[in-house]
Amino acid sequence: MSEAAIHHDDHHEHHPGFIQRWFFGTNHKDIGTLYLLFSLVMFFIGGAMAMVIRLELFQPGLQFVDPQFFNSMTTMHALVMIFGVVMPAAVGFANWMIPMMIGAPDMALPRLNNWSFWILPFAFTLLLVTLFLPGGGPAGGWTMYPPLMLQTGDAFPFVIFAVHFLGFSSVMGAINIIATVFNMRAPGMTFMKLPLFVWAWIITAFLLIASIPVLAGAVTMLLTDKYFGTSFFDAAGGGDPVMFQHIFWFFGHPEVYILILPAFGIVSQVIPTFSRKPLFGYESMVYATAAIAFMSFFVWAHHMFTVGMPLAGELFFMYATMSIAVPTGVKIFNWLATMWRGSLTFETPMLFAVAFVLLFSIGGFSGLMLGITPADFQYHDTYFVVAHFHYVLVTGAVFALFAGAYYWLPKWTGHMYNETLGKWHFWLSTISVNVLFFPQHFLGLAGMPRRIPDYAVQFTEWNMVSSIGGFVFGLSQLLFVVVVIQCIRGGAKATNQVWEGAHGLEWTLPSPPPAHTFTTPPKVTDSVAHS
Amino acid sequence: MSDSHGAYYVPQSSHWPIVSSIALFCLFGGTAMWLNDYAAYPYVLGLAVALVLYFMFGWFGEVIRESETGKYNHQVDVSFRWSMGWFIFSEVMFFAAFFGALFYARMYAGPWLGGEGKGFATNEFLWPEFAYTWPMLSFPEGSFYSAPSGIIGAWGLPAINTLILLTSGATITFAHWALVKNKRSPLVWWLAATVALGVLFIFLQGEEYIHAYQDLGLTLNSGIYGATFFLLTGFHGFHVSMGALMIFIIMLRAIRGHFTPENHFAFEAVAWYWHFVDVVWLFLFIFVYWL
Repeated sequence: MSEAAIHHDDHHEHHPGFIQRWFFGTNHKDIGTLYLLFSLVMFFIGGAMAMVIRLELFQPGLQFVDPQFFNSMTTMHALVMIFGVVMPAAVGFANWMIPMMIGAPDMALPRLNNWSFWILPFAFTLLLVTLFLPGGGPAGGWTMYPPLMLQTGDAFPFVIFAVHFLGFSSVMGAINIIATVFNMRAPGMTFMKLPLFVWAWIITAFLLIASIPVLAGAVTMLLTDKYFGTSFFDAAGGGDPVMFQHIFWFFGHPEVYILILPAFGIVSQVIPTFSRKPLFGYESMVYATAAIAFMSFFVWAHHMFTVGMPLAGELFFMYATMSIAVPTGVKIFNWLATMWRGSLTFETPMLFAVAFVLLFSIGGFSGLMLGITPADFQYHDTYFVVAHFHYVLVTGAVFALFAGAYYWLPKWTGHMYNETLGKWHFWLSTISVNVLFFPQHFLGLAGMPRRIPDYAVQFTEWNMVSSIGGFVFGLSQLLFVVVVIQCIRGGAKATNQVWEGAHGLEWTLPSPPPAHTFTTPPKVTDSVAHS
Repeated sequence: MSDSHGAYYVPQSSHWPIVSSIALFCLFGGTAMWLNDYAAYPYVLGLAVALVLYFMFGWFGEVIRESETGKYNHQVDVSFRWSMGWFIFSEVMFFAAFFGALFYARMYAGPWLGGEGKGFATNEFLWPEFAYTWPMLSFPEGSFYSAPSGIIGAWGLPAINTLILLTSGATITFAHWALVKNKRSPLVWWLAATVALGVLFIFLQGEEYIHAYQDLGLTLNSGIYGATFFLLTGFHGFHVSMGALMIFIIMLRAIRGHFTPENHFAFEAVAWYWHFVDVVWLFLFIFVYWL
């Protein structure tokens, strides 16, 4: 594989104008950039909401915001972070990297790709505008349980339609990724040579296609219950509010794997590079990822142990949930085995990846605790749950996204990022995030409920600690913005391979790669596939 | 080295994605404004309809032109096949949510409200009078919802509609055979027959809804039975309408001489979609009307 094989066609290499490129564009790299920048902006919007939450919880009593607004902050924070930050960032990575990793000229459906992106700003306009409507934003939690959700004011239909709209984007994006990977691989790029990031994304795409339409159905039923007189979730008419929870979590549990599987994929790229060793147990990684995804459809009711279910249901969902720890454990041990006796170096991406393995495992263990039905009766809807899912989503998903961003920024921009600032960002984030979320385990076990703006005085100290951690964590993220801006504007020239231990098709391309790459498919031999 | 032969077609740039995002934004926003009784909603919805028509004609028109000028090679065709297949699967999962609601209501929620099971005290404390039956013609809190006097039986109109849809599945297959043998006239006529059967189905569904609302008092407000009945049959009817519209457009294209015996994925995609609505109907017939 040499540069000569990277053919690009000069008469296609004209330079489109600004509007043509960024608004009407079909180039997977540009669309990937748009996704990533959008995600970064939303990260600060969602983060600002988190700051409001931690500010109010700094002391018991009501200080800064009224309870209704507080509840709409927790609701919107979740919706923004899930649908506006983690999912778009993962799709941004997919857009940039999948075609380059499999030797394809672009995504299979380039215009649909642009549509998937451009839905996002409009859908979030629908969602965020609700904060300024009579009755305020949605305050029933991101899970939208009826009958509480049905008490939402004017925001209600806007939220429902925003969810539908975001669902369109996700399903089209997922279809595009499936078509790309199944149909656009370069000759010789067999499935078992695909980089793990690509594997993680195919499996995520199937999860999206199978679960997002179910959410669309669930919120449609909410809408008709409120405006058209149906009684899906009203026992008075023969329906059942618990039924919403079943349908919602049939979507919701696969959704949490939609958030984390691309993160697994990123970490599986980063750790071998900085260990200078091939990934340990490639095939078992693929099978474990597929197993996690498959099983995610049979565990949903572990979110609802306390709602009232037959004993057989409680037992089934408990055992099914705990058995997911097996394939997840396979992945954790494979990452550890990859590092074992490797020639390790700790550049920023590796730091974030190693922190991911450790801190995600903490989130995994608290998840196991929550999966035990009788224990969950105690923990349910406490801050222990908040601590758990922030460990898997912040120190899990978001840390992996940082690892990926630092790892591929030199490839995207052609410049090395500022390693000193990167390390500062890492250490400040890692210390503060633990100050932020670890005490929430204690608060939860002591009985502090979630989604409450005020609390009993005995919870004060740990809430103060948590809030201080939160403010430091929030401010630390500004460093990341500085790093990204600096890296786009200039810096040491990055080589094609960027990292000494990096292998794969994307590292054979120049940094930054030209607009069109692999317009003629490369021949993939064993030496350039993942090592 | 020229890549005009055999290379994957990557369109340079297109304003359709952003136009269609704005169109859907107006559609969703306008509908939300209508539900909230905001005065400006007719303008927003009017703009939405105009934009939706504009981008549908424009975007599909562009794709049809690209297809007819031979820009799509075999690999592009395969991308379309993967995409349409998984799009239909996502639609299956959308219907699965409503079937899930139907099964949950019939298997669990209803019997529990009727007093079955241990530890479910709703019946005992709230509605001891309520006895569960399916179809559910009376509700735990009768005053909140309007009880129907009867339901639509399976062996009247629904059975005729089943025959109509199954026949239309056959006629679109005959159209496909005609296309593969390059017999243009039977192609158009079989397509026309399929559209006619689709329209007849929608008409009869309309008649059935009118009968339900006016004679039986079976409405959206008729408890969980009415809710599942109308949402399932309603979304199916919407999909049949879309399918019939798509077949109609395929028919117009066939009249204009589009499609070759080898290259006609647009036709096949629509046929797949039509078979999908057909299969959904069979499930509806069995679980909503019959059992």
